[in-house]
Amino acid sequence: MSGNAYQDDRGNKDRSITKAGGPGSAEGAMRKGKAVPAPGGPFLIGENMTGGYGKGPNILEACTIAVDKGEIAVIVGPNGAGKSTAMKAVFGMLDLREGSVRLDGEDITALSPQARVVKGMGFVPQTSNIFTSLTVEENLEMGAFIRRDDFSETMEQILDLFPILREKRRQAAGELSGGQRQQVAVGRALMTKPKVLMLDEPTAGVSPIVMDELFDRIIEVARTGIPILMVEQNARQALEIADKGYVLVQGMNAYSGTGKDLLADPEVRKSFLGG
Amino acid sequence: MTGTMRNIALFALVGVLILLTGVLQSWNSALLILNMGLVSAMMAIGVNLQWGFAGLFNVGVMGFVALGGLATVLVSMPPVHAAWRAGGLGILAAVALGAGTIVLTIFLFRRMQPGWLRAVVLIAVLIAGFFAYRAVFDPAVAAIERINPAGTGYLGGLGLPILLAWPVGGLLAAGAAWIIGKTALGLRSDYLAIATLGIAEIIIAVMKNEDWLSRGVKNVIGLPRPVPYEIMLQRDPVFVERAAALGLDPVTGSTLFVKANYSILLLVVLLVLLWLAQMALKSPWGRMMRAIRDNETAAEAMGKDVTGRHLQIFILGSVVCGIAGAIMTTLDGQLVPTTYQPLRYTFLIWVMVIVGGSGNNFGAVLGGMLVWFLWVQVEPMGALLMKGITAGMTDGSALKSHLLEATAHMRLLTMGIVMLVVLRFSPRGLIPEK
Amino acid sequence: MDLLNAIVALSNFVLVPAIAYGSQLALGALGVTLIYGILRFSNFAHGDTMAFGTMATILFTWWFQSLGISFGPLPTALLALPLGILGCMAIVLLTDRGIYRFYREQKAKPVILVIVSMGVMFIMNGLVRVIIGPDDQNFADGDRFIITAREFREMTGLREGLALKSTQGITVITAVIVVALLFWFLNRTRTGKSMRAYSDNEDLALLSGINPERVVMITWLIVAALATVAGVLYGLDKSFKPFVYFQLLLPIFASAIVGGLGSPVGAIAGGFIIAFSEVTITYAWKKVLTYLLPEAWQPDGLVQLMSTDYKFAVSFVILLIVLLVKPTGLFKGKSV
Repeated sequence: MSGNAYQDDRGNKDRSITKAGGPGSAEGAMRKGKAVPAPGGPFLIGENMTGGYGKGPNILEACTIAVDKGEIAVIVGPNGAGKSTAMKAVFGMLDLREGSVRLDGEDITALSPQARVVKGMGFVPQTSNIFTSLTVEENLEMGAFIRRDDFSETMEQILDLFPILREKRRQAAGELSGGQRQQVAVGRALMTKPKVLMLDEPTAGVSPIVMDELFDRIIEVARTGIPILMVEQNARQALEIADKGYVLVQGMNAYSGTGKDLLADPEVRKSFLGG
Repeated sequence: MTGTMRNIALFALVGVLILLTGVLQSWNSALLILNMGLVSAMMAIGVNLQWGFAGLFNVGVMGFVALGGLATVLVSMPPVHAAWRAGGLGILAAVALGAGTIVLTIFLFRRMQPGWLRAVVLIAVLIAGFFAYRAVFDPAVAAIERINPAGTGYLGGLGLPILLAWPVGGLLAAGAAWIIGKTALGLRSDYLAIATLGIAEIIIAVMKNEDWLSRGVKNVIGLPRPVPYEIMLQRDPVFVERAAALGLDPVTGSTLFVKANYSILLLVVLLVLLWLAQMALKSPWGRMMRAIRDNETAAEAMGKDVTGRHLQIFILGSVVCGIAGAIMTTLDGQLVPTTYQPLRYTFLIWVMVIVGGSGNNFGAVLGGMLVWFLWVQVEPMGALLMKGITAGMTDGSALKSHLLEATAHMRLLTMGIVMLVVLRFSPRGLIPEK
Repeated sequence: MDLLNAIVALSNFVLVPAIAYGSQLALGALGVTLIYGILRFSNFAHGDTMAFGTMATILFTWWFQSLGISFGPLPTALLALPLGILGCMAIVLLTDRGIYRFYREQKAKPVILVIVSMGVMFIMNGLVRVIIGPDDQNFADGDRFIITAREFREMTGLREGLALKSTQGITVITAVIVVALLFWFLNRTRTGKSMRAYSDNEDLALLSGINPERVVMITWLIVAALATVAGVLYGLDKSFKPFVYFQLLLPIFASAIVGGLGSPVGAIAGGFIIAFSEVTITYAWKKVLTYLLPEAWQPDGLVQLMSTDYKFAVSFVILLIVLLVKPTGLFKGKSV
């Protein structure tokens, strides 16, 4: 009996009165702040971020993550290091207690996640990152929700990038295989023509072959000029394609540098890459 | 102010409100409010056991309360021998046939391989059973209902003391709760809310329709009492003398005496129920219940039988509602099936639990008493308010008479507002769970 | 000939009433299922929302009638319906702003919202009774029949007549139009798709830039419209009584659950399943059987399986059977 009384459901799981899963977990949807000009610095930076979920303890402690145009930045670290939380913080899905997020010369800390999408951020979460009951095509359309212009050209580009999706465009996305779902997820995020793309463990739970293919696709996306910020479990492979790498430990920056530097750093190798 | 002080003050407030009713209106209404408040408190304890301690959402309180009411008739009314001779055997045989059909169906369902053959056999058994049942049942019912329809027309009861009906009411409720719990809690996910909502309506439909059982809408009046009758007291010179010594005329004195007797009886029952509920929840069993509520996955992982525990507490809570229902019908002295309405007997009890404090038995008691007081007193207060509002309007204007008429429905509005205000500003209720 | 008579009798007493009632239940269940899909809870105030919308429509109907406006052979209530819907939308949005929104901000668990909806139920129920009173209101005017039993008999020369009440015709036509509009909206429009997306995955909808508050608002607006249409059709067909509308909650919930909560197709299927079972099981089959069976087999009794007072029991038993066989309802997975 602690915390928010409104969130105490007494373990009730009566499906005749409540839908399973509970309300969305994202905080900040009701945030109403505005972006403030803050010129200079990298293209996207979450600087000195400190915060946790709800009224809980801090998960991030003065964590800084940045990515610049034309780069792939990768966040690696042990389980529970706060990698996914850092991504959510950058995207505004939890309230920061300290620090700020800046995008393209503007301070966007006070913006809600949906407003950040409008500002040009695309985000692919780690789990439940597609609308399972919608068709592949509808998933992509929902990705383009904020666009009021004709997005058929973007959809063609994405279907070219992920040819398998063209075949399955009328199928419910929930019926696809793991790798195909991830392609839908990335495709959905690309539909806004984002200025920066954030991926949370895009290769989680897919086979090594599919993983290689996904990495290839991600590099292809990066070549089109979209900066990519990515959390990866497969640290070695990810750092190989990374321009910039961050090693997080307990919500703090432990090491950072170029992907090559980190791969060469004996400390990093010993602690996180298995020698 | 400490928590305990605050709680005592809240109970004192209810006491003062009832005393005020006595001084300003009449002691008869005050005692009436007190008695029904005590009964409401029992019902609230029942719902609180289910919702507060196990998170079970029972929206069929009305059904269990009504079963308690039925118990008073079945236990205390004198048996109608002619009706028993005419159709008693037929009814018993029909009930046995019906039960047999259901048992056979369940047996076949468990034994046979799933598939179309099973479906066909089950449907055939059910249809054959239904018609066999009707063939035995209908003539028996007709025979029973022919016996003096204006006076009895039903089987009557066992002619036992009505106090015995209180535990029997609990037993009937337990039986119904067991059936509901077995089906609705055993499914892959709970469907308790819709199950209870439906069963409650069915119980009321049975009581309204099965004249051979409960006289249906013809009502059963003149239930025996556990306390003396006013008319007897008024004829008793000793009582009249004592009443006069207190400055009361025999009629007022006797009504007050009867109600006060009930109050004492009810208070004893309430305290016993409260004590039992508290003991149960402080026991290892109660701690386990709360552990399951707060983290079902962990409890399950530790090998606790969650469904079994839920079934237990659901039955216990329903028993309390059944007992309270029997007591209520005893207080009324009659069984009137049409008065059972979900707003009054299901949702109002929920208001009591939420306002009092889910998960706290004392909160449930407080909520029961306080909300019942409001339920009764909102009408006169509303009438007073409306008189004030309409004072400036011309007499006989359509709006004025409409507004004055509308006060009768103010109580529903008020209950909603009270519930929402408490839920918003004090979501744990007036006496929160520790 | 006997077969034809039997079919006509069956249509007159079972099929036509069940189709009309089924349409009304389906519209009601659609409202419940939409709230469940988007706001994640079963709205106990839905019956009273229907009552409120119907009451608003009745008040406008009376006003039109006092002005001498009528709709020719059709009920004046149809003219007043859009205004009634607006009235219902207003109160529903007001409750959302004043009551439900706070709990969304708190990220309250759905079961808390169920309790909140009980409070709203009391308030709406009280409001309706205060404004229009608890009594029966018959507000149907215009032509009573599309075709009466006598006209039908004269036309066909059959012994059995088929009466078609105009309210039944209106119910079915309106329901078809409303359902078609709703499905077009959900499956073809950008806003409708965004509602389905939100119902599927709230967090991801947010990441796609879908504004949850807007989705919730549109849902309430649609639900208000559905509830008012369902309530007005039911009231035209039978009559308006606040308590009866409150009691409709059980068959409506049963319909929505039988179909699979959250699924609009399921809500419609559920509505008809419940309506048909209620009507067939409580109908006295003597008349139809007299035509069909040889004389020697003809039944003595009414051949009524259960008294009409048990119609709630029927909805409930159907519900139980479906849940035992398919715990998620008939149309799971096709959620809003």
